[in-house]
Amino acid sequence: MLQLVLVVWVLSVLIFAWLRSLPGGPVSALLGDRGTAETRAQLTEALGLDDPIFVQYLRFVGRALTGDFGTSTGVSPGKPAMDLFMERFPATIELSIAAVLIALVTAIPLGYVAARRRGGWLDNTGIVGSMIGISIPIFFLAFLLKYLISIKLGLLPTGGRQSATIDATRVTGFFVLDGLLTREWDAAWDALRHLFLPALALASIPFAVIFRITRASVLDVMDEDYVRTARSKGLAGRVIRDRHILRNAMLPVVTTVGLQTGALLSGAVLTETVFAWQGIGQALAIGFERKDFPVLQVVIIAAAMAYVLVNLLVDLSYAVIDPRIRTAQKGS
Amino acid sequence: MASARATKIDRLAGLAVRSPDDQDPDGAGPDSGLSLAASAWRRLRRNPVFIVGAVVIGLFLILAVLAPLIAPHDPGLRLLEDQVSRARNEIPPAQPGHPMGGDQFGRDFFSRMLLGSQQTLMVAVLATVIGLGGGLVLGTLAGAFGGWVDTLVMRIVDVMLSIPSLLLAVSIGALFSQQTQFTVILAVAIVQIPIFARLLRGTMLGVRESDHVLAARALGVKGRSIVFRHILPNSLGPVIVQSTLVLAIAILDAAALSFLGLGAADDATPEWGQMLGNAQDFFDSQPHLAIWPAACIVVVALGFTLVGESMREALDPRQRR
Repeated sequence: MLQLVLVVWVLSVLIFAWLRSLPGGPVSALLGDRGTAETRAQLTEALGLDDPIFVQYLRFVGRALTGDFGTSTGVSPGKPAMDLFMERFPATIELSIAAVLIALVTAIPLGYVAARRRGGWLDNTGIVGSMIGISIPIFFLAFLLKYLISIKLGLLPTGGRQSATIDATRVTGFFVLDGLLTREWDAAWDALRHLFLPALALASIPFAVIFRITRASVLDVMDEDYVRTARSKGLAGRVIRDRHILRNAMLPVVTTVGLQTGALLSGAVLTETVFAWQGIGQALAIGFERKDFPVLQVVIIAAAMAYVLVNLLVDLSYAVIDPRIRTAQKGS
Repeated sequence: MASARATKIDRLAGLAVRSPDDQDPDGAGPDSGLSLAASAWRRLRRNPVFIVGAVVIGLFLILAVLAPLIAPHDPGLRLLEDQVSRARNEIPPAQPGHPMGGDQFGRDFFSRMLLGSQQTLMVAVLATVIGLGGGLVLGTLAGAFGGWVDTLVMRIVDVMLSIPSLLLAVSIGALFSQQTQFTVILAVAIVQIPIFARLLRGTMLGVRESDHVLAARALGVKGRSIVFRHILPNSLGPVIVQSTLVLAIAILDAAALSFLGLGAADDATPEWGQMLGNAQDFFDSQPHLAIWPAACIVVVALGFTLVGESMREALDPRQRR
C-alpha cells in the first residue's frame, strides 16, 4: 500500500510538472488554440496561475483527489475528463482480460507440451512463433487480422464494441457480461464477436512471453527431486502433471502476467485504434492527436495506478499458490 | 517493495556476479582462468541462434551503409507521379528502372525501402545510446553513492517504470509543439532510461560486495577509482545485453509512435514505420507497400532479439534451455 501511495504522489508531481511544461503552458493546454487574449487572461487568473507554485500544486492535488481533472477538449469536447474515463475504462479492461485469457489458455498448455517434448517440432515452432510474435508491430498484426478475417472473409465485424442495431441494457459497462446478466443473449454474442479479433491481436504479446516462461519453468520443475519421487511412487501421469509440475511451475507465470499489464495497456492503445474500440487506449491516441491534455492526464495516472494495483494483487496471489510464502510470513 | 517489473530487471542484474558454485557446461568454470566475458564469448560463437541474428544485423548494416550508393533514385522525387491515380487507386507498377514500382506519391519504392533502413537503424541506435547514457549516469549515481541519492533516484525510476512505456513515450512527445524525428528518438530513449538505471544500480550493488573490490578497498584505493575502475567496468555485462534487446524494442516503439502520428519524417528521409502506417490505406489494391516495410521491421527486430537473447544465455549458462 505504501508503494501505491508513493507512486501516486511522485506521479502527481511529475504530471504537475508535465502540465506546466506543455507547449504554451496549462492555459493553452486547457483552451487549445481557440483562446483569445482576453479569455487567456481570465483563465490565468481563474486558474490561479499567478499564485506561488506550491499553492498551485496543492490546488492541483485537491482537485485531483475529488476526481476533477478538467474538461475534455478534443476526444469529446465539453465532457469532464473523469466521466469520459469512467465510461471508457471498462472497455479497456474487457479487452485486456479477454486478451490475457486467450494467451493463458493457449500459452500454458503449449508451453507445457513444448517442455515435455523438448526439441520436438512443436517446441521449435513455439519458440520461433513467440520470437516473431514479439517482433511484429502489433498495429500491423491487428490490421492484418482485421483485413483478412473481417474485410476479406466478412466473418467478424471490423470495429466497435457492439452493433448499432442492438439495443442492449447497460449494467457494468462490460458489454459481454452485461448481455449475460440481463439474459440478452444476442447482445452478449454480438459483443463477443466484436471482442474476438482485437483481443486476439492484443494477446500476441502476453502469449509469446507466457509461452516461454511456462516452458522454461516446466523444464526447471521437471528436474526437481519431488517429481522423480512422485514418478517412482507410481503416481498417475496426470496427477504428477497437475499437482507436482504445473502447480510449482505457475509461480513465475503469475509474476509474468502481472508484468504484462504495462505492455497490455501500451498494446491496447494501438489495437483499440485499429479496431475503433472505445477504450482509454483509443482516447489516448485521439487525445494526443487533438492535444486533449485533461484526458491524457487522467489516462496516464489511471494506467500507472492500475499497473501498481495489478502487481500488488500478483504479490498477494503468491500466498494462495505457494503455501511456503504463507508460512514464512506468519513466522516472521 | 519494488514493483514486479523492477524485480525482473534485478534478476538480470544478478548475472554480473558469479557465485563460486556456478557450473559452466563448457568446463570454463570460475577456476578455468577465463574471464566472464571470455567464457561467455566461447559459448556465444558456437550458438547458431547468435550467428543467425548477427548475420541478419550485419546484412542490414551493410545495406544501410551502402544504401545511398545502391539506391537508383532520389527517394524524395515524385518521378512516377503521372502514373498515380487517386480515383482509380492506381500506383505505378514495377518497370525498368523501378524494380518495385512507385509508392502512392509516385516515388521510387525500392529507393525508399533502401534508405528507410538508414533512418530506422539510426532512430534505434540513437534512442538506445541516449537511453543507455541517461541510465548509466542515474544508475552510477545511485549505485556509487547509496543513501538518500539512491533512494531518490530509485523512487523516480520506480514511478517511471509503472507508467506503460507507450503512454510515457506519448506524454513525452506531447511536450514538443513541433514533431520531428528527434522527438521520436527522445521519447523512445527516455522510456528506456529507468530500465537501464535500475539494471546498472542492481549490478553495481552486487559487484560492490565482491572480493576484488574488497581487496582494492583494503589496498587503500580511492573511492572514485574503485567506482570507475573496479565496480563500473565489471557491471557492464547485463547492460550490454539489455542494450541489444532495447535496439529491437526501439525499432518497434518508433514504428508504433509514427503510427500514432508522432514524428514526421519528411519526403527525403523515408522511415519504415511511417511507410507501413501510411501504406495501410492502400492495402487492398497495393499490399506490397505495407508488407515490405513490415517484413523488414520484423526481420531486423528479430535479429536484435536473437542476438540479445543468446548473449543473455551466454552470460547465464544456468538459464540455457
